[in-house]
Amino acid sequence: MSDHVVPVRIYVGIFFALIVLTVATALIAYVDLGVFNNVVAIGIAIVKASLVALFFMHLRYSARMNPLVFGAGLFWLCIFIALTLADILTRGWLGIPGK
Amino acid sequence: MEPEHHFDSFAQQRDSANLGMWLFLVTEVLFFGGLFTGYTVYRSRFPHAFAAGSHDLEIVLGTINTAVLICSSLTMALAVRSAQIGKKRLIQLFIVLTMILGLAFLGIKGYEYHHAWSEHHLPGAGYSFDGSTTSNLAHHTELFFWFYFGMTGLHAFHMVVGECVLLFVFIMAGRGKYTPENYNFVEGMGLYWHFVDIIWIFLFPLLYLIHRHG
Repeated sequence: MSDHVVPVRIYVGIFFALIVLTVATALIAYVDLGVFNNVVAIGIAIVKASLVALFFMHLRYSARMNPLVFGAGLFWLCIFIALTLADILTRGWLGIPGK
Repeated sequence: MEPEHHFDSFAQQRDSANLGMWLFLVTEVLFFGGLFTGYTVYRSRFPHAFAAGSHDLEIVLGTINTAVLICSSLTMALAVRSAQIGKKRLIQLFIVLTMILGLAFLGIKGYEYHHAWSEHHLPGAGYSFDGSTTSNLAHHTELFFWFYFGMTGLHAFHMVVGECVLLFVFIMAGRGKYTPENYNFVEGMGLYWHFVDIIWIFLFPLLYLIHRHG
């Protein structure tokens, strides 16, 4: 499947989906959803990024190794952010001497 | 035409080239990951200052730029597709369109930078916020603008590098270097360009869309 030629209509369809999601995320930012504003904004970004990776970057059609490698990188990023926040959010901040 | 001598086939050569590019993109995830993590830490510490800083960015320009970059991803994908089916002139056409859209993005970004600079929002000696240089809000929004300029600046630098490589691809396509058997370089360029697009897809809500309501 590595030489899969994707039909133009799929690229154009993904393109319009990305544009719609971009406008949607900008508009939803003006609606008060409380803490869910952040959840929705990041959620839409993840959906958009997935569409780009799966179709424009051919991850859906490429050798299995590629999503595995990239997934490992993203998994590392999750560990990085989660463990950093586990530390930051559960301890107080010290003042800066002299400030 | 033959594959490189250390590969058995074009298919194997192509898989290797692709895997190498994905590995490079993983190092880019680590590279940007530090900034994203730092951003998350300081935004959780100073949520109001980050919202105030974000409100001084032009949301319309940010949205337009996101759309411009998505358009450029479409033309880049079509350039790779043209290489797959061996249409030399189409590769060149879509590469040029991608370059123009990329330059449009950088132009709009430059205009925004100039605006932020004239508002004294460039972090450093000349920084002020709401006319104050010493208030807590000024200190904390300065931190937001450090992240704004650092993250979008690093992103813009990637775009500039991408523009240079696109020019190279345009020239090499003209010389007929890319064939349906071996268009690995065009495909690798595409992966890079789409990845830079993905970075922006996250930067846009994180920088422009903080607490816009109320």
